[in-house]
Amino acid sequence: MEQALTFFFEYKEAIFIIALSIFVGIEVISNVPAVLHTPLMSGANAISGVIIVGGIILVGHADLTTFSLNLVLGILALIFGTLNVVGGYAVTDRMLEMFKKKKK
Amino acid sequence: MDKVLGTLNGMEFTIGDSLLELSYLIAALLFVYGLKLLSHPASARRGNLWAAGGMGLAMITTLFLHKDTAGQGIPSLNMWVIIAFIAFGAVIGLIIARKVKMTAMPQLVSLFNASGGAASMLVALLEYPSAAAGDVGSILVTVLGLIIGSIAFSGSVIAYGKLDGKVGSIIKPFMTYLNLLLLLVTIAFGAFIVASSTSPAHMVWAIYTLMAISIVYGITFVMPIGGADMPVVISLLNALTGVAAAMAGFIYSNQAMILGGILVGAAGMILTMLMCKAMNRSLINVIIGAFGSAGAAGAKHEQGTVKEIQLSDAAVLLSYSQKVVIIPGYGLAVAQAQHIVHELDMLLEDKGVEVKYAIHPVAGRMPGHMNVLLAEADVPYEQLIEMDAINPDMPNVDVAIVVGANDVVNPAAHDDPSSPIHGMPIIDAHLAKNIIIMKRGMGKGYAGIENALFFNDKASMLFGDAKSSIQKLVNEIKSM
Repeated sequence: MEQALTFFFEYKEAIFIIALSIFVGIEVISNVPAVLHTPLMSGANAISGVIIVGGIILVGHADLTTFSLNLVLGILALIFGTLNVVGGYAVTDRMLEMFKKKKK
Repeated sequence: MDKVLGTLNGMEFTIGDSLLELSYLIAALLFVYGLKLLSHPASARRGNLWAAGGMGLAMITTLFLHKDTAGQGIPSLNMWVIIAFIAFGAVIGLIIARKVKMTAMPQLVSLFNASGGAASMLVALLEYPSAAAGDVGSILVTVLGLIIGSIAFSGSVIAYGKLDGKVGSIIKPFMTYLNLLLLLVTIAFGAFIVASSTSPAHMVWAIYTLMAISIVYGITFVMPIGGADMPVVISLLNALTGVAAAMAGFIYSNQAMILGGILVGAAGMILTMLMCKAMNRSLINVIIGAFGSAGAAGAKHEQGTVKEIQLSDAAVLLSYSQKVVIIPGYGLAVAQAQHIVHELDMLLEDKGVEVKYAIHPVAGRMPGHMNVLLAEADVPYEQLIEMDAINPDMPNVDVAIVVGANDVVNPAAHDDPSSPIHGMPIIDAHLAKNIIIMKRGMGKGYAGIENALFFNDKASMLFGDAKSSIQKLVNEIKSM
């Protein structure tokens, strides 16, 4: 019990954000038409690439002077994150571009 | 930038620190705004760009303004290394995103999701040793991020393989128990790491072991799930990747990561539920995979004779119809027949036939996938009619052409309570006056069951690859 309360107090801001984001996430997409399910999934997937920020922090403060397994893994994390972000947004854009074209 | 503004909790903070947090706030708001716009057809593209802008902002400000706990910024050498590898990843990502065929879209989303999961997994793995011994809070979020990220990673890779036809399914009852066992082992081992009082720096072996177990669990988790359920699984894995990113956000006390990750987690969960609803399935049912096993047992009694139709007869029938409805399925996508099908529909429209497309919510491999494919072939938006809108009109339809669709037109969903797809909403092709079914053979659909529609008196089959069949049909109509 004490440990749980300590945990809550230490992370109270983050826990508030989580609680509110859950509602925002549900609210924002609850009326989405089936047509947009695939692009929406793809777009949301790109947003989950926000882990790239973690990758930047990781490699940003890494020691580059000595070669290590951790350095290689960190750089891999950076590349994977970029793939998720850039590829995700680009492919979502490509899908949505088609929707637009036919409306003209 | 380095000017000290004041102190908070005994720590000095500078203009840069404040600007960094401000940029995270803006990025987080852009994610929410982008997602909001993404859920409306007219604004979707703008929404995607706004969200991308938010991400770009967070990346740039992190690169220039982030400081470690000792107050050190990112050295310029590291900066260049980061820029170089991001550029490398971006080029690869752009090439893949541009080159891939529209039919392979679900696989691609899965693959990008796998890379996001892998990134979360690696970040958690590398941050673990620097956690302080006994700091249960940060060890807990790190372990959670590692487990969830690993499952999202390996699960998405398997989902990719399945959609691409590279990996088969293992549908065996024991898989359920194996999965349950592996899940328990994963949780127990994770709990052991969290509860351990040994310094994380000396527990590196344990975190690697946990990663290995989680990766194996991700594989066995997706393995028994049938192909028709893959969209639901991908959506679920997508939600998991979001949660894993949020856990990493905890590690860095980074609000943009937490908000972005949880936003995707919640939205992904809702999307998963919506998809389950469209198929009349529960999420538990999908995960345990009762579908596959029930599919083998149910609905074998439907038999009868199947009629074949000659091309010339089909051409005449279509040309003299008033209303034709095309019901596309994944077979159309596989055969890349979307362009030729549009040619057929324009040809018929020239003859005064009214042509519509009936789109089942899960036509293709993902909800909305068929709309994307037909949009690629320039089929006008107005011709795509959703299932609920077209069903009441089906009895007035002269010919329903089923192109590479199967389960979504199976009347067993209405009238056979023993069928595994009973209760799933379908397009009522059986109500049309005539039905032409284009199929490669008498193979079963993804649900693995017989389709009573094929034995319907009004139905006739046109066997062959959808693309070449329609091409022949188009030539036939032209030569009439």
